[in-house]
Amino acid sequence: MFSKDQLDKIAAKRENWTAKLEATKKKRPERQPQFSTDSGVDVKAVYTPLDLVDMDYERDLGLPGEYPYTRGVQPNLYRGRLWTMRQYAGFGSAEETNQRFRYLLEQGQTGLSCAFDLPTQIGYDSDHPLAKGEVGKVGVAIDSLADMETLFDQIPLGKVSTSMTINAPAGVLLAMYIACAEKQGFTKSQINGTIQNDVIKEYICRGTYILPPEPSMRLISDIFEFCSKEIPQWNTISISGYHIREAGSTAAQEIAFTLADGIAYVDAAIKAGLDVDAFGPRLSFFFNAHLNFLEEVAKFRAARRVWAKVMRERFGAKNPRSWTLRFHTQTAGVSLTAQQPMVNIMRTAFEALSAVLGGTQSLHTNSYDEALALPCDESVMIALRTQQVIGYEIGVCDMVDPFGGSYYVEALTNALEEKAWEYIGNIDALGGAVKAIEYMQKEIHNSAYKYQLAIDNKKKTVIGVNSFIMEDEEKPKGLLKVDLSVGDRQVAKLAKVKAKRDPAKVESLLQAIREAAQSDANLIPVFIDAVREYVTLGEICDVLRDVFGEYKQQIVF
Amino acid sequence: MSEKLIRVLVAKPGLDGHDRGAKVIAQALRDAGMEVVYTGLRQTPEQIVSAAVQEDVNVVGMSILSGAHGTLFPEVVNLLKEKGAGDILVVGGGIIPDEDIPALKDAGIAEVFGPGTPLAEVVKYIQENVKN
Repeated sequence: MFSKDQLDKIAAKRENWTAKLEATKKKRPERQPQFSTDSGVDVKAVYTPLDLVDMDYERDLGLPGEYPYTRGVQPNLYRGRLWTMRQYAGFGSAEETNQRFRYLLEQGQTGLSCAFDLPTQIGYDSDHPLAKGEVGKVGVAIDSLADMETLFDQIPLGKVSTSMTINAPAGVLLAMYIACAEKQGFTKSQINGTIQNDVIKEYICRGTYILPPEPSMRLISDIFEFCSKEIPQWNTISISGYHIREAGSTAAQEIAFTLADGIAYVDAAIKAGLDVDAFGPRLSFFFNAHLNFLEEVAKFRAARRVWAKVMRERFGAKNPRSWTLRFHTQTAGVSLTAQQPMVNIMRTAFEALSAVLGGTQSLHTNSYDEALALPCDESVMIALRTQQVIGYEIGVCDMVDPFGGSYYVEALTNALEEKAWEYIGNIDALGGAVKAIEYMQKEIHNSAYKYQLAIDNKKKTVIGVNSFIMEDEEKPKGLLKVDLSVGDRQVAKLAKVKAKRDPAKVESLLQAIREAAQSDANLIPVFIDAVREYVTLGEICDVLRDVFGEYKQQIVF
Repeated sequence: MSEKLIRVLVAKPGLDGHDRGAKVIAQALRDAGMEVVYTGLRQTPEQIVSAAVQEDVNVVGMSILSGAHGTLFPEVVNLLKEKGAGDILVVGGGIIPDEDIPALKDAGIAEVFGPGTPLAEVVKYIQENVKN
């Protein structure tokens, strides 16, 4: 970017300046012996063109909307349309979640994001013994299409886009969503949304797996194939670094482990006979926005560049849309404190700003009370308002990638990319992400432990926890409580739904799923046939468990 | 060392998959010289109790972030008593609202550690309260 002559002059100046810096340090000693980011990148006092001597603007940055997409996936980004403000919500029964959804839409939210309870995420109906105590707790309980119909009552599925945090049974929930939309009078081509559908990270760190890797990868490829033909605008997967980061990884590990999972899905789909450009454009990603502000901005930029290279160079994708990494972001739940919870509003705002400056396509901002309980209406509204302040009031959306060209952010983007490739190389050497699950778990745990020790020995400041502690702090009032009767109500509703069905028909639909599972047939069409007749999620997943067996976790500790 | 080795079972009851905290605590207890067994995810109360008895532990530490603590923690305590292992120190952690803590303590959970608890505090509590 600079001529040799210019760089020589800057180098000479910097040498003089370094002598000055050393003299200053004697009078004004630095706060700590060394500064570094969470990923272990050393941070110098100042950055100059000398830190970017190897950078080639065309090759490494390009313009927004152009390979390698470091500067963003759209030429005009938020000048065209702001990111989708999408708050993750769901608790209790379908009725309660429907009310929260409608409240959020009335407040100006632009897309829905649905949280399911753990039994739903693991493919158990609410009356299963393992569902005891868990029904409706961390999300909405969905047993059958009847619950889905209530969940989206008066919400036109042809007009709103919905993201569903569902992984192992994603195909079944997608089938219910399609059936529900059709009952509302919309066609498949009118619906839009995302299923998370990322099972590898469930094995690594999130825990809602059902089947072993091989059949899980087959189900994922079935979804890719079905959607590319039937609902071409549906985001078939949201390859997630969010939970990897929440589990304790660094920013560099978040990029690497997420994209390594992405590589595994692309590999599996290609092996299943799909063309990379048939499904590549519909892959989407999900990242965390953590506290180290500039490192997070650099992380999003580096991730885009790495994925572009993976898709173009490694997989030979030809369609530019396959090269682009489009992503949703959520602010870091793990950064929220139970102490002085209002301070979480500030943490979340800075994290959200890093995601916007990093060019996110959609965003969830956490609510200040989430280290204490599920968020209440008031805290959810402040979280949404935080996004609106960033989008409408502070002027950061009027240009694309304002940190492009910052000596520090560019150097950090390069450093994170380099670290990410190193981890991806390690995972490749182990035979890919599925084989490297325990390796990634170990790496994540080590980082998590280091992070906690840094808090405990005050190397890392956490306000309210190890510094600026307030004695006799008043606890916030009005926390959300999930109605304890939701489990019983849900079990009663399920019994009613089951009683209305024709058992012979249910049996034959389950038999069709069994036969499809035992053959190479795509499973999604048989799921749709079954859910239309109110065959339940648990019944379908029981068949899959029976045919494919269950995943057994390797305990890494 | 004259003190007997403290044996701890760190357990994840229920369907919750968040085990960052459980593993970090497990590591801290191990680094403090205790012998630690981690159960892994999705343990039923029965499985936890049978592991506790089999491993002959002095302490069971459970972590739940899904809100199912009110159902699952007391079940573990009751089952331990049934198996004649009522002297095992049982502690819990996770996202547990303050107002739920008295009921958990009445049910036999000796202490509940919320978010932001320093590791050293958990280690010290166990060292001081374990019944060897």
